[in-house]
Amino acid sequence: MAELRFRNDEALEQPAVTLDGFLQQSNATAVRLEPDEDARLLIPHLDRLALVEIAFPKFRDGRGYSSARILREAGYRGELRAAGDVLVDQIAYMRRCGFDSFLPDAPLDAEAVQASLTFYDHAYQRAADTAVPVWKLRHG
Amino acid sequence: MYKYDQYDQAIVDARVAEFSDQVRRRLAGDITEDQFKPLRLMNGLYLQLHAYMLRVAIPYGTLDSRQMRMLAHIARKYDRDYGHFTTRQNIQYNWIKLEDAPAILADLASVEMHAIQTSGNCIRNISSDQYAGAAADEVADPRPWAELLRQWSTFHPEFSYLPRKFKIAVIASDEDRAAMKLHDIGIQLVTRDGKLGAAFYVGGGMGRTPMVAPLIKDFVPIEDYLSYSEACLRVYNRYGRRDNIYKARIKILIHELGAAEYARQVEEEFAHVKTLGIDPPAAELERISAFFAPPAFDAGAPDSVDRSDPDFAVWLDQNVKPHKQPGYAIVNISLKPVGGIPGDASSAQIDVMADLAERYSFDELRVTHAQNIVLPHVAKRDLYAMWQALVEADLAAPNLDLISDAQKIAQRFADLDRQRTLGELKLKISGCINACGHHHAGHIGILGVDRKGTENYQLLLGGSGAEDTSLGKITGPGFDEDGIVDAVERVTDKYLELREGEERFLDTYRRVGFDPFKEAIYG
Amino acid sequence: MKLLTGNDLATGAVTWWTGECWSLHVEDAVDVGEHGEAVLTAEEGARRVNAPYIIDAIATPDGPRPAHIKDRVRALGPTVRPDLTLKPADPDAGSWVI
Repeated sequence: MAELRFRNDEALEQPAVTLDGFLQQSNATAVRLEPDEDARLLIPHLDRLALVEIAFPKFRDGRGYSSARILREAGYRGELRAAGDVLVDQIAYMRRCGFDSFLPDAPLDAEAVQASLTFYDHAYQRAADTAVPVWKLRHG
Repeated sequence: MYKYDQYDQAIVDARVAEFSDQVRRRLAGDITEDQFKPLRLMNGLYLQLHAYMLRVAIPYGTLDSRQMRMLAHIARKYDRDYGHFTTRQNIQYNWIKLEDAPAILADLASVEMHAIQTSGNCIRNISSDQYAGAAADEVADPRPWAELLRQWSTFHPEFSYLPRKFKIAVIASDEDRAAMKLHDIGIQLVTRDGKLGAAFYVGGGMGRTPMVAPLIKDFVPIEDYLSYSEACLRVYNRYGRRDNIYKARIKILIHELGAAEYARQVEEEFAHVKTLGIDPPAAELERISAFFAPPAFDAGAPDSVDRSDPDFAVWLDQNVKPHKQPGYAIVNISLKPVGGIPGDASSAQIDVMADLAERYSFDELRVTHAQNIVLPHVAKRDLYAMWQALVEADLAAPNLDLISDAQKIAQRFADLDRQRTLGELKLKISGCINACGHHHAGHIGILGVDRKGTENYQLLLGGSGAEDTSLGKITGPGFDEDGIVDAVERVTDKYLELREGEERFLDTYRRVGFDPFKEAIYG
Repeated sequence: MKLLTGNDLATGAVTWWTGECWSLHVEDAVDVGEHGEAVLTAEEGARRVNAPYIIDAIATPDGPRPAHIKDRVRALGPTVRPDLTLKPADPDAGSWVI
């Protein structure tokens, strides 16, 4: 179960399988993606996926941010979870890349998470969230 | 000059609040140094040998007198009365207290400045041509395009944990005054069939493994500018090496993949990214460009200069460059006086430069990648008065691109006539293998390394960061402190012996090759 | 001998462990012998020092002299700006580093 979840639907109980396992196993609905695995391999199967868990073995490894956006850009609407070495000050960036649940190795301070999500009212660039980029606010 | 609107200001103010909160949590012990380090690094705060160092962004090296005076104020109030202008067109303060960092950022925000992404594995300050808007040879002013990149890259959610730091330069002329091909991405604005576009050079850099960036795409239509950049970065973020910090820069990825394969992957990613609506409308570029409209030049300004003062004439010939507007000139202020540290300026000197910019240069200054300051728009009739003020402030060293920009070497070559005999000779020195001093790109480069606890200096010849970009070659075994000065002298003596006509050192070197110089040094 | 050094958390200043507290002057530093790691952990936890580490040094009549040039530069201050070192009045201070 994710420690932090920004979704209203029921959390899935099924454990996530590896990418190889998922591609071979037609009934799995949850998959775990390692940093070096290609998120685009999941695109043909998005309609049967309810959870994609993206692994962050080290907080410095930012490949998972691209994996998340690629899935959202392809139309994935299920749960997208960041799991592993996830730090408070990364949550806001991850939310913008499309993550909507978090399973950090070390527990997060809820107050600090809340604060980190409220510092910024605006974003300069379009990403995988609903934030309207500043240039669009300027020109409509 | 770009001016913040409510959105720009809100974002920078939010950053001050966020970082202040992070510093508070660290000082209170809520987070460990391991957790805090990546946060302070995202904001340009390093722990150096003697103290904390804060790097402040000067986007594309452009600032006005109000901002320049704030830089002086920070030097006086929070540091030891000086600042250090860097090769990335930024300024660094070397004696900052962590507990003062929030107040400094608040002061900076009050003049539309910040330290966002001046370190960390993210897209750094965008650099540009220090003569932008003043040079006759540009196809467009590159700064609006640099500003567009600044906004796009600021807190980019996908590209803030890249394999390694990422540096972008934008120029708009064939003459490269910004070492564009030694950046992770070098962009040259070009025109084709009357339309503006961008040539992308990707995978250049200095550091331990210097490389000249190959051309990845010769013409990106300007309306695809940000989408193409996003595609370049996404391929790097996904496939750049993360197993070895020394192989993590994009130059290694491109070296290993090959430029053609990298270009193919970018093209494929671009085809997808272009559908996402990342590029702002033309109206946004028009809005930004309006801030960089040419100042109100006096069309009748006299185009002649009285050269009767010989010291003034020497400075004029060395430090003043032609302007696109008749009656005006570009003035370079050397921050490399004999015996000084390249790029250092006292708060008093920073104030003087701010005053001169306000009085003589339409309130504009530039920081150059050679760590000098440029006043871009000075009327020729004001040059003499301005030079006198520079002399007064010890800022009139007439040694732009001459050999004297290093303490001991400057003393050996202190005689200006001797320097002028040697002519254009770009000497670049780095204090460690990370090449902050761009020694690979110097006509003569020096690399200081620490060998078993004592200093050792390696000599490199034949580098260039201009449009004829090349990387310097190491001469052979290194030298001690006096030995390196002797070796530089043997090289310059050999050059004077071999020189034909008006050849620069670099021209002679390229004509005769490496061996005669090696022979002269090691004999 | 072994010395313990680091930078003050709040100010960033180079500091040396004196056996009781932290000093700006390497002359005050004590030999921590085998106890370096324990002091280091405790002091880092107490947030009185940042990034502390143990170095080798030799005892001299004028006080401890760090074995590595980097730490001698840290002890004195920037050799390129003698006026900003701990001994601005001593023109020969830089020779101690080399």
